[in-house]
Amino acid sequence: MDALLLSRWQFAITTIYHFFLVPLTLGLSILVAIFESRYVATGNETYKRLTKFWGKIFLINFAAGVVTGIVQEFHFGMNWSGYARFMGDIFGAPLAIEALLAFYMESTFIGLWVFGWDKLSKKMHLAAAWLVAVGSSISGFWILIANSFMQNPVGYAIENGRAVMTSFLALVTNPNLPYQFLHVLGAGITTAGFVVLGFSTWHLLKDKKGDMEFFQIAFKWAAVYALIGVVIVGLVGDAHGKFLGQTQPMKISTAEAIWETEQPAAFVIIANIDQQAQTNTFEIRIPRMLSFLLYNNFEGEVEGIKDLQAKAVMQYGPGNYIPSVVITFWSFRIMVGVGVLMGLLALLAVIRPKIRLLEKSRLFLKTLLPAMALPYLASTFGWILTESDRQPWIVYGLQKVQDAASPNLTAGTVLFSLILFTLLLGATVAVTGWLMYKYGTSDPKAEKAVEG
Amino acid sequence: MILNTVWFILVTVLFTGFFFLEGFDYGVGILLPFLGKDNDERRAIINSIGPFWDGNEVWMITAGGALFASFPNVYATLFSGFYLALVLMLVALILRGVGFEFRGKRENKNWRAFWDWAIFAGSLLPALLWGVTVANLMRGFGIGQDMNYYGGLLPLLNPYALLGGLVFVSLFTMHGANFLTRKVYDAIAERAKKAAFTFWIIAAGLTVGFMAWTFFATDILTKPGINGLVPAVLAAMALLVTGWFIRTRKSGWAFITGSLTVVFATIMVFAGLYPRILVSSLDPSWSLTIVNAASSSYTLRVMTIVAAIFVPIVLVYQGWTYWIFRKRVEGKSEEMIY
Repeated sequence: MDALLLSRWQFAITTIYHFFLVPLTLGLSILVAIFESRYVATGNETYKRLTKFWGKIFLINFAAGVVTGIVQEFHFGMNWSGYARFMGDIFGAPLAIEALLAFYMESTFIGLWVFGWDKLSKKMHLAAAWLVAVGSSISGFWILIANSFMQNPVGYAIENGRAVMTSFLALVTNPNLPYQFLHVLGAGITTAGFVVLGFSTWHLLKDKKGDMEFFQIAFKWAAVYALIGVVIVGLVGDAHGKFLGQTQPMKISTAEAIWETEQPAAFVIIANIDQQAQTNTFEIRIPRMLSFLLYNNFEGEVEGIKDLQAKAVMQYGPGNYIPSVVITFWSFRIMVGVGVLMGLLALLAVIRPKIRLLEKSRLFLKTLLPAMALPYLASTFGWILTESDRQPWIVYGLQKVQDAASPNLTAGTVLFSLILFTLLLGATVAVTGWLMYKYGTSDPKAEKAVEG
Repeated sequence: MILNTVWFILVTVLFTGFFFLEGFDYGVGILLPFLGKDNDERRAIINSIGPFWDGNEVWMITAGGALFASFPNVYATLFSGFYLALVLMLVALILRGVGFEFRGKRENKNWRAFWDWAIFAGSLLPALLWGVTVANLMRGFGIGQDMNYYGGLLPLLNPYALLGGLVFVSLFTMHGANFLTRKVYDAIAERAKKAAFTFWIIAAGLTVGFMAWTFFATDILTKPGINGLVPAVLAAMALLVTGWFIRTRKSGWAFITGSLTVVFATIMVFAGLYPRILVSSLDPSWSLTIVNAASSSYTLRVMTIVAAIFVPIVLVYQGWTYWIFRKRVEGKSEEMIY
């Protein structure tokens, strides 16, 4: 393997690790702030305990998110110096603004929140909680401005072989951005919902007398929260697909494994993809369905991968512009399939008290335990889809991945760091998960669980 | 052109803030296993930087981000060139960052001892590696015509750079000890005061050697026009009186003058480099400067407006945090989070 391929693996692995932690930070920071708001508004001590209990889970997760995030920032210079030189004029700005607006805010107010229970007034403390939550979302917003540019470049010119910013406004109003940001925020809310649901369920199944009320309240909130999250993700995802159908049809056609241009276009449910022969050797299709999904009518034309490849050659010169269709097609199906499943589970959790059978069902509760893994699965495959679907480009239409790598790294060097980061970040994520389990299943009445 | 200088200054400010703030919490991390005799003492020591260290670390992230935004070629050359050093630094920062959070989560002696030493190593290594990096920046390293450095790790670990690393470690340890003297209860503060003096002696000795070497091996102090001589003299004076204040138990002043030492030393480095940022030891014309490494004037203008609005806001609320947690950690366990 050469240094380029190893750098790609390293970035992919560390990004996936990082994004195991990010969604929960995004979603749980808001939920914790909501619990604290309830406490401040009502004076109900149970909400204070909810705040502290889930706040602990949030903090464990947050620390690991920070350290894996630093790795991401450094990577752009370390492994992708070609990218940093070509894109620095545009990409550096949102990254620096993310640090200036969001990281300072999150880190400072998290310190105040953790250590300030006795030193700040109730309202100031609540403000700190919300500033942490808002800071997390601002952070996501700015890094997705950077990523949105890579997906859909706007407000730039090419000068002396590098991309330069010509409109900051265009950068922050990238039409791709609202979809990506709300999709990620919705994923965060979903993740927090399912994690809180899972741990609450664990306690409810144990049937301990004293804790029931505490976890029933948590369950109720989390069920609604998860459902809101899934609905946001679904609606925004659908709209994003339509947008991409207009702007970057190659992404849609590869995610759907449509090799030949079709009008009307069928939706392929599953397929056996032969990338070499550029065909599907087996597929199950719903006629006209893809036209409907993309255009809300049953007639629309969807360009096939082969035609799009020919167009790309005309536009960018000779080369292979087709990403791995196996990866994009199946990532998309896993993401959406898991999303639908989560929507169903969240809905059942919400209506559970209304339906006697469901309320009594331990089987349903038991399915909510493994369901904690679902949002992680969906997020991971969501990013695999987004990033794979852009190949061979690192910046769509402007720079290819192969031109972005640092020229001065040997394969051995990158292999060393790849192994090191994979093991260390893997261990970090594993310990984080284990500590979350330990605290999520601890008794909130025991002082230790709250104070650590 | 003026904006390029403005951003050079802003990058200097960010690195100065980083070394001043994270400097003492690296120092606290280095001293942790030695000044804390038992679990309660170690908790008190960690809690003294508990509300701050994460915010301090953001100065490094922001300094990196600002470098990326304003001088992307510097970011590319430096980070790819110092690849293995940065890998080690990241490993250290990961262990340290999760160490603070994970340490207290289990009541198990081995678990806590493991994280104590992880925090120690995770503080020592970045301090050392930043010193090595800065010394290499001062002397220049083998940047080629294509702006890339192909030499790998070993040439960066030259004796001059390693001495620079030790200067950083000793200064930061002294800085951390001065901080602890003010911020923890008496039993530990007394030990911290002794450590501060010991590391003051070490830092002073190493600094004299390093500065003499700097005088002969680099142009940081002697370059015509703007150079690092004046801030170097100020840093030396600040360091000198720090020793006096430590001895006379004026711990507040010792912390202030120790901080000024770090601040002036950082200014010395950047003043000595200006208008270069990365000096090529192969050919001076291959150096990266505030001109050939910079972003477009449009981007610099946008970022100047953003920085002008938000840097003051950050300073106000971070300063306010230090005010809220100005009291000593008294070691009552209900106060302890970590």
